[in-house]
Amino acid sequence: MKISVIITLKKDVLDPQGKVIHQTLDGMGFNNINEVRQGKYFEIDIKESDPKKAKDKVEEMCKKLLANLVIENYKIIDVQ
Amino acid sequence: MKSSVITFPGSNCDRDMDVALKKFGFKNKMVWHDDIELPKSDLVVLPGGFSYGDYLRCGSMASKSKIMKSIINFANSGGMVMGICNGFQILVETGLVPGVLLRNKYLEFICKNVFVKIKNKQNTYFKNIDNDVLEFHIAHNEGNYFCTKDQLKEIEDNEQVAINYCNKSGNTEEQFNPNGSIKNIAGIFNKEKNVLGMMPHPERMIDPSLSGEDGSIFFNNLINNLK
Repeated sequence: MKISVIITLKKDVLDPQGKVIHQTLDGMGFNNINEVRQGKYFEIDIKESDPKKAKDKVEEMCKKLLANLVIENYKIIDVQ
Repeated sequence: MKSSVITFPGSNCDRDMDVALKKFGFKNKMVWHDDIELPKSDLVVLPGGFSYGDYLRCGSMASKSKIMKSIINFANSGGMVMGICNGFQILVETGLVPGVLLRNKYLEFICKNVFVKIKNKQNTYFKNIDNDVLEFHIAHNEGNYFCTKDQLKEIEDNEQVAINYCNKSGNTEEQFNPNGSIKNIAGIFNKEKNVLGMMPHPERMIDPSLSGEDGSIFFNNLINNLK
């Protein structure tokens, strides 16, 4: 199964990279942006045919390695 | 006194740390990250560098390496574990010390000497140091210490802040904060104070002809406290 996960910074964590991207976009003429937040995207191909089990495993991976829950949230966005 | 310095793929301050520890009387062993057993040690050091190329988050991969299981057990049973720079990032990823290290506030890699004020001397690392302020070196891209409000309260209640960035006279105002760290935090302990993580490099300040000698004060004091 292929599982897609996105990891985003929590709301109150400063994202200086997102800020700079925002400023650059602004400078390019995209001046109607409120905010830019940068995150991470993972595609995990897992040897598991049961979607529930696959999802649980990926969730465990997120908690143990892929995300740092002090500053980040994870969300499984697709299971195929 | 016996020490162990752990080398991860991408560590680059491990040999400097080895030189520093030996200079002040430690019998040091270099330990490879893939080893399972930790040699008998009075002090374990996680050195600076770019373990695993800083992939995913700085220190995240190294925190899961084989040797870390032994180090976590060692720390949990009261063993002295010190993480410098990338070693600090590894420590936060293991959860041995609270918080995380984010990208520096102004997105710059910072490489310069800084002053730090010792906040807590009731521990084996800083006990008996006469100085209140030490000059160390920092070189990092992700040294911006961050934790949640609840964590910060807990850290302060337990007196876990080890050192704060300051100026030469010990003023810890925000303007002397190089990287945006919460409350100018440059180093913190675990609750029990046997684990210390800090961004500054004392091992780079052990030779007056190259840099300064405040690192010598730190290491001399540390080995005497351990004896």
